[in-house]
Amino acid sequence: MGMQWEGKTFVENLPKIYGVYTGGFLAFFFLMAFFEQLGMGADTIGILFVAFTIGIYAFIGILSRTMAVEAYYVAGRSVPPVFNGMATAADWMSGASFVAMAGGIFMGGHGYMAFVVGWTGGYILVATLMAPYLRKFGCYTVPDFIGTRYGGKLTRFAAILVLVVASFTYVTAQITATGTIAARALQIPFAVGVWFGLAGILVCSMLGGMRAVTWTQVAQYIVLIIAYLIPIFWMSMAQGFGPLPQLMYGPAVERIMELEPVIGVGTLTAQESIRGLSTLTQLHATPREGAMAAWQFVTLVACMMIGTASLPHILMRYFTTPSVRAARNSVAWSLFFIFLLYFSAPALATFSKLQMIDPNLPTAIIGQPIEQVLALDWIQKWSAIGLLAIVDSNGDGILQINEFYLNPDIIVLATPEMAGLPYVISGLVAAGGMAAAMSTADGLLLAMANALSHDLYYKIIDPKAETRKRLLTARVLLIVIGAGGALVASMQLTGILGAVAWAFCFAMSGLFFPLVLGVWWKRANRQGALAGMLVGLFVGWWYLIAVRNPDAWYGISAPWLGLNDLRFGIVGITASLIAMVVVTLLTPAPDKETQAMVDEVRIPRGETIIPAKH
Amino acid sequence: MTLDLAQREAHWRKTRNLMVVHLVIWFIFSFVVHWFAAPLNNFSLFGWPLGYYMAAQGALAVFVIQLFFFNRQQHAIDLEFGVAEDE
Repeated sequence: MGMQWEGKTFVENLPKIYGVYTGGFLAFFFLMAFFEQLGMGADTIGILFVAFTIGIYAFIGILSRTMAVEAYYVAGRSVPPVFNGMATAADWMSGASFVAMAGGIFMGGHGYMAFVVGWTGGYILVATLMAPYLRKFGCYTVPDFIGTRYGGKLTRFAAILVLVVASFTYVTAQITATGTIAARALQIPFAVGVWFGLAGILVCSMLGGMRAVTWTQVAQYIVLIIAYLIPIFWMSMAQGFGPLPQLMYGPAVERIMELEPVIGVGTLTAQESIRGLSTLTQLHATPREGAMAAWQFVTLVACMMIGTASLPHILMRYFTTPSVRAARNSVAWSLFFIFLLYFSAPALATFSKLQMIDPNLPTAIIGQPIEQVLALDWIQKWSAIGLLAIVDSNGDGILQINEFYLNPDIIVLATPEMAGLPYVISGLVAAGGMAAAMSTADGLLLAMANALSHDLYYKIIDPKAETRKRLLTARVLLIVIGAGGALVASMQLTGILGAVAWAFCFAMSGLFFPLVLGVWWKRANRQGALAGMLVGLFVGWWYLIAVRNPDAWYGISAPWLGLNDLRFGIVGITASLIAMVVVTLLTPAPDKETQAMVDEVRIPRGETIIPAKH
Repeated sequence: MTLDLAQREAHWRKTRNLMVVHLVIWFIFSFVVHWFAAPLNNFSLFGWPLGYYMAAQGALAVFVIQLFFFNRQQHAIDLEFGVAEDE
């Protein structure tokens, strides 16, 4: 007999189960801190952190194995809103959010915060336009909604195509992140780290599908949020900003703005060019001047928000709640749990910067003699692996802002060391980054494997396939797609952030309007949806490669309206909307039955549109 | 359960109006305030330059609070027309 994964007793016990788990993780953290005092090496601590947490995820993954369709695809539709909120937050916050966001804000200043705004506000669209209606529909996957609402195998296939393009772009970035962290923590080569990371990811998802992914994602959220917040609280206490730094760091921002003209941020430029590293040139809180800068900010915000509301691995999390109302509540909880990390990232960037530049603080390096700076432990450690460099360009022996080169990704990892926090924090942060990247990769792989097994294999190729065969196909696909992702990841084609932004743009180009109008416009029909998906996807795709290859025959010499490759979704979604509306109006309205279906989707009460256990 | 056409339409009209109201708030805090970030930075809120604060925390907090309100309002609409789910 396995464990009971559904029903009243299980749900009632959830707070207790995860409470014990959280206590256990904190106890492990303090045990490691204690061992460090006894003289355990930093390497051993790093290995133990990563191994211990992956071990727990694997344990949950194996315990929650299942052979039931409803459990495999939608976790038995029994996940309470708060827990689904945590799982979505882990699903959502990727290695990029965890590792790169604070560093991006550190280097990019106000402009980079478009990501912070964009990656939270999208949930307003999810809650008002999508999640409750998709839950009422009762689909297993996003193409399942498109295929049933509009009808037709080709329509379903187009949805699968958009889903796979967007999710695959995204998943390679996540596997790259797990590989990087595993390689560093376990001290194995990157190429091995990638496959090791993939093995961890598959153990969590393969046996139990959505059910296993749900309960490991909750566990991963707890690890990642603790790992993000503890260093911030600790640092803030150490620097006298009090126990709630997120609410107190306003004066630190003002102090940075005061120091910037003194040390020459924005006026002094780098003299050397070092691969992968740059100096700080953007002002911290002052936006760049002009309407173009503001336009670039809002277009990036728009892409990230609309992309959020179109990404299948996020939308499918709301299929797992027990009711429509629970789906809606669950979106609010998701955003709350995401907020906890995102409103802390700018605080971390601010503290980190102030520590480096304020001459009144003992940790300051800018304006100090280079000889002294080079003697610091953390400077030596990160220089040794090429993520930081100091070059005395003007030969005055003093470190200026344009002589300090760094890779933004190290901010999250190096800030605790800068503040002199013990190594146990670095182990904790590694475990958190691993949790963030693994949980997102899990969600993405599952979204693809489920769409291919349920929509392509079962609904299009072999509608008579029996349950066992369907679930076996789903698992084989999971391994194949995962291996494909790891293979592409090990080639290291694009940066993590670029790939993430592209995934959002692909998803919004192809899926946003077919999904929204499927609920909100009764007149929308099959031909229109098909045109919307295909025209959106391919126009967006063309614009992406055209803007990156200005000299090719298909290229364009300059981006339209400053829309660069991170914002190609704006072009794709415009094409998608025009195509969908025009084609819909030129072709007959959907039949009575479809219109009645839309009416039913709009009210919470009643049976789902697609019957359970389909 | 049957619901006559007029009831259905009234329910959907209210639902749609609620959606529009929330998307207007969303639009203001997603785009409008950030468009004016530079002038807003001249104002200070508990020590923060306001334009910076809106991007780092303010807009995010509005989104979170807004969603919990939206859920209550939508549920009230569903109850009013008797289309809420049975608990």
